[in-house]
Amino acid sequence: MTTEGNNRSRVLLIGLLIVAVILLAKLFYIQIVDDKYKINASNNSMVYDMIYPTRGIIYDRNGKIIVSNKVTYDILVTPREVTQFDTLLLASVLETTPEFIREKMAEYSRNKKKIGYQSMVMLKQIKPETYMKFAEIQYNFPGFRGQVRSIRDYPVNAGGNLLGYVSEVDQKYIDDHPGEYRPGDYAGKTGIEAAREKDLRGEKGYHIYLRNSRNQIERRYKDGEMDKEAVPGHDIVTTIDADLQQYGQQLMKNKVGSLVAIEPKTGEILSLVSSPGVDVSMLADISQHYNEIIKDPHKPMFNRAVQAPYPPGSVFKLVNGLIGLQEGTLNMDMAYPCYQGYHFGSHKLGCHNHRSPLKLEEAIMMSCNGFFCYVLRNILENKKYKNIDEALDKWNEYVQSFGFGHKLGSDFPAELGGTLPTSKLYNKRYGKGGWKFTTIISISIGQGEVGVTPLQIANLAAIMANRGWYKIPHIVKASEGVEIEPKYYDRQYTMVDTTNFKKVIRGMWRAVNNGPGTGCTAAIAEVKGLDICGKTGTAQNPRGADNSVFICFAPMDDPKIAVAAYVENAGFGATWAAPIASLLIEKYLNGETSRPDLENRVLQGDLMSRVKTYN
Amino acid sequence: MGNFSDRGVKQSIDWKLVISYLLLILIGWVNIYASVHSSEPSSIFDFSVRSGKQFVWILTAMGLALIILFAINPRFWESSALPLYLFVLVLLMVVIFVSKDVKGSHSWFEFGPVKFQPAEISKISTSLLLATLMSQTNYRITRLKDFLMTALIIGVPMLVILAESETGSALVYVGFLFVMYREGFSGWWLFSIILAVALFILTLTASPYVSLLVLIGVILITTIIIPGRMGVVGWIDLGILTLLCLLPWVFGKTVPEESFLAKVKPLYILLGICLCVVATMLVRGYRERKRYLSMGALGLIAGIALVFSTEFIFNNILQDHQRKRIEVLLGMKEDPSGVGYNVNQSMIAIGSGGFSGKGFLNGTQTTFGFVPEQSTDFIFCTVGEEWGFLGCLVVIFLYVFMIWRIVIDAEKSRESFTRIYGYCVASCIFMHLFINIGMTIGLMPVIGIPLPLLSYGGSSLWAFTILIFIFIALYRQEKKYY
Repeated sequence: MTTEGNNRSRVLLIGLLIVAVILLAKLFYIQIVDDKYKINASNNSMVYDMIYPTRGIIYDRNGKIIVSNKVTYDILVTPREVTQFDTLLLASVLETTPEFIREKMAEYSRNKKKIGYQSMVMLKQIKPETYMKFAEIQYNFPGFRGQVRSIRDYPVNAGGNLLGYVSEVDQKYIDDHPGEYRPGDYAGKTGIEAAREKDLRGEKGYHIYLRNSRNQIERRYKDGEMDKEAVPGHDIVTTIDADLQQYGQQLMKNKVGSLVAIEPKTGEILSLVSSPGVDVSMLADISQHYNEIIKDPHKPMFNRAVQAPYPPGSVFKLVNGLIGLQEGTLNMDMAYPCYQGYHFGSHKLGCHNHRSPLKLEEAIMMSCNGFFCYVLRNILENKKYKNIDEALDKWNEYVQSFGFGHKLGSDFPAELGGTLPTSKLYNKRYGKGGWKFTTIISISIGQGEVGVTPLQIANLAAIMANRGWYKIPHIVKASEGVEIEPKYYDRQYTMVDTTNFKKVIRGMWRAVNNGPGTGCTAAIAEVKGLDICGKTGTAQNPRGADNSVFICFAPMDDPKIAVAAYVENAGFGATWAAPIASLLIEKYLNGETSRPDLENRVLQGDLMSRVKTYN
Repeated sequence: MGNFSDRGVKQSIDWKLVISYLLLILIGWVNIYASVHSSEPSSIFDFSVRSGKQFVWILTAMGLALIILFAINPRFWESSALPLYLFVLVLLMVVIFVSKDVKGSHSWFEFGPVKFQPAEISKISTSLLLATLMSQTNYRITRLKDFLMTALIIGVPMLVILAESETGSALVYVGFLFVMYREGFSGWWLFSIILAVALFILTLTASPYVSLLVLIGVILITTIIIPGRMGVVGWIDLGILTLLCLLPWVFGKTVPEESFLAKVKPLYILLGICLCVVATMLVRGYRERKRYLSMGALGLIAGIALVFSTEFIFNNILQDHQRKRIEVLLGMKEDPSGVGYNVNQSMIAIGSGGFSGKGFLNGTQTTFGFVPEQSTDFIFCTVGEEWGFLGCLVVIFLYVFMIWRIVIDAEKSRESFTRIYGYCVASCIFMHLFINIGMTIGLMPVIGIPLPLLSYGGSSLWAFTILIFIFIALYRQEKKYY
C-alpha cells in the first residue's frame, strides 16, 4: 500500500504541477505574448461609450405611424474632469438656473469616491436646438458632454394610455428584471410599450475608447474590433385603425367610459378608447406630468376598457336568450306577458311600457325585462338538472363560453376577468337551499353579480356577428420579426349553435331598423344601407345615474366591425351609447357621417358633471 | 519519525505551511484594498470599505486558528465527524428555504449585517466524515459497499448545493475523486470521469468539433504513444490529427458557400474518420490480442456518444428555460447587460498587467468597476493587473507550495485519518484554485467561486482557515507524540 500510495501521490503531484503550468502558460500568453489585451504601458484605460438602440416604431393597421422616436440630448458630466467654469454661462445656454448646476456639482463632490471616473447624467432630454448652442461653447467646459438619446414621438393623437409610456427604470424595476437593465435605461411601463417591451427595446451597444493618464480620450480601442453595435428594436404593427381611434376619442371626449371596436373575423381590435385618457403629448415626458395624472380624480391611467368591471345591463339578455334556445327551455313561439315588469310575491322587477305578451324577437327589439325573467327562470328550473345549483352552474358554463367570467387572454398587460356567479357563491351567501330563482332574478337582465369589461361585451358583439364564435381580441399583429401567440388565430366556439344565433340576430336588427314609433329601442342608431344590428342596455350604477350601454355590429350579413360603447352615468342606452357606437361604425364603413346634427350633439356632449369621482 | 516524546510548539507545527497561509492572506488583503481603492485614498483599516472589514475577518480567522491549534483536542474532529456532517447538511437544506435570492442562488444565511454560506463549511464536515470512513481498517474502496458509502457522503451535500444553484461550490466536490484515487480507486475511472466532464463542458462552451478532437488526441496518446509503440503509424496519426485541427479553418477559407462541399461539414468528416479508427482498432485489437486497443475503441465510441448526446439533448430536447439555465450555470450567457463578457473584462485587466504589472494601486481597469465581483471572485484580476506575470507566478507558487506541503505531510503521517483528511484539504484548495484562476483567464466558464484566502469574505476565509488548521493540528499532534 505504501509504495502504491507513494506512486499515486506522485501521479497527483505531477497532475498538480501540470495544472499549475497550464495556468501559468495561459497567463504568460495573455500577459506577455499576446498584445490583444495590452493597453500599452502608459497606464491607459478603456472608456465605454454606451450606444442606445432606437426603440421600435409602432404602426397602425394601415401602416400609419402612431409612435416613433425623436432625438434629444442628455448632458453628461464627468466630475473628475471638470475644471473651473462659468456657471452663469452654462446655465443660460442649457436653459436652467445656476443654482441647479451648483447644487448638482456639490452633490457630485459629496459622492466623489463613489463616482470615480464615471459620467453622471446632469440634465435629461434637452432639445436639439439647445444642445447645438451648448456644442458651440462646449470646449469651455471640460468634463461636460452631450449624449444622444431618442425619446418617443407621437405624430397623431391616437391611443394615449392604450400605447402606454416609456420611462427611466427605477431600482425596483431593475431588480425585477435581473441582468436586463441598468440605471439610466428606459423601458415601457404600460400598454403596448410594456406588453411588447422585449420586441421594442432592441439591444444596447458600446464603443470602447482608450483614455490616457491625463483622462483624455485618445483613440478607438483595437480600432473598434471589440465594439458592439446597437441593434434597433423591432417595429410593432398594431391592429388599431389610427383614424378610427382618433374619432372614437373625440366621440368619448368629456364622457367617462369606454368604446371598443373589433373586427369580428380576426379578433383584431380596431379601436379601444378609455375615457378620460392620457393625452399623447404627456406620454413622451411622463415624469413631468406624473403628479398631474395621478391627482386627476377620473384616473386617466386606468384603462377602463380592459380593467373596469361593469354590470352589462340589458345587452346580457342576448346571452340568456341564446342559452334558453340551446337548452330548449325557450323557443321562438313562446310568448310571455309583461305588466310593467315581472311580479313575484309582493315584489316586482319593473319594465317600461310596451304591448304584451311578447315573443323572443320582439322582446329583444323592445328590451322587455319581464320576458327575460321568464327565460332565466325556465333555464334555472329546468327539470333536466337535479336542482337549481346544478342548473346555475350549467348556466355559468354557458356564459363562460362567451368569454365572460375569466380573462379573455388578450395581449393587454393588465386585463381583468370580471365576475360571474356560481352556486358556490350563493350557497356561501344564503346557505345551501337558501336561495331560489327570485333571489337572483337580477342576473336575468345583466345586473347583480354579473361584472364584465367593455372589451368582453365588445367581444360579445363579435360573437353575435360571427354567429357563435370569436377570436381572442388582440392588439398586436404578427409582422416581420414579431410573432403573436398561436391562440389568436384559433376560433373559440360558444356552446350555442349557429342556428340559434340567427334567430336572436333578427331581434337585434329590428331593435335598430324597425322604424321609430314601433317600440324598437335603438332607432337612433339606424344608418340607411348599413344594416346595423344592436342591443341597448341601461345598467344601474350605484354611484348616480344609470350607465348607458350599446353593443352592435354591421353589416348584418357580412360583419366588418363589432362595437361596444359603455358610458358611465349617461342614462338610457339609446341616449349616448347607441349614437356613439353608430357614428363609429358609420365612420369606419362609410368614411363620413350622414348625420352631422347627431355627430355634433355627441361631440359637444359633456357629461363630466354627472360623474361622481372615485376618491 | 524519531522518538521525540514531546516536541515544543516550535518543532511540532509545520511552520512552512503556516507561513504560506499567512502570506496568502496578506496578499489577499493588500489586493482587496487595491480593488476597492478609488482615486480617493482611504486607509487600509477604514472599516466602511471592504479592506477594513477583511482586516476584522483576518483577525478573527487567526483567533480561530489559535483555538484549533491549542484549545481543541484533535481527536475531537474524528469523534464528532458524523454529527457535524449531519448538522451542516441540515443547514444546507434549510438555507434553500429561508435565504434571499442572491443572483439566482439561495445559499446565504443572513443575521443582520452578518452573512454566511453553509456551503463553505460543508467542505470541512464532508472532509472530516470522509476521512473517518476511509480510515477504518476494514475499508476497501474497491468493495462496492464501501465505494457506495463514499459516493453517498460526497454526493448528498453536492446535490443539495447544486439545488442552491451554487454550481461552483458543488464542482469542488469533484476534487474528492483525487482522494478516492489516492486510497485505491481505479486510475482509469478517475481519468475517464475527468475526461467525460471535460468533454461535456467543451461540447457546450466550445463546439462538438473541438471536443471530438480532444477525445481523439487522448485516445491516441493512451493507446499508441503510452504503450510505447510509437511507430510509423503513430506519427501518421499525429500528422492527421494536426491536419484535422486546421480543417474548419481551411474549410471556411476555401470552400465557396453555395457548393456541394459546404454541406459536408468538417464535423461529419471528423466523425467518419472516427468510425474508421474504431473499426481498425477493434479489428487489430482482436487479431493481435491487444486488449488496450479494444478498450480504446470502446472509449472512443463512448466519448463520441457523450459528445453527440450532449449536443442533441442540449439543442433539441431541453426547453428554452432549461437551456438558459445551463447556459447561465456554465457562464455562457452570463452578461446580457451589454458591457462585454466578464471574462473579456477580466482578461483585459490581467493581460494589461504585462510582465511586472502596473504597480500597487496603479491598476486602472480594476478601479473603474469594469470587472464585476472585483474583490471577491475576481480578486485575481487585481493581482494580474497590478503585479503582472511575476505577481501571478508568486501567488500560484504559494498555492502549489501549500498543496504540495499538505500532500507531503499527509504521506508522512502514520494515521490514515490524518492522511486522508490532508488529501481532502489539498483537493479542495486545488479545485478552488483551478476553477477560480481558470475562470479569470478564460480557461473555465464563469462559475462563481472564491479564491481561497485571497478573496474578500468572512465565510470563505474562516472556512479555509478551519480546513487548513485542523490539518495542521492533526499533523502536529502526531509529531508531538511519535
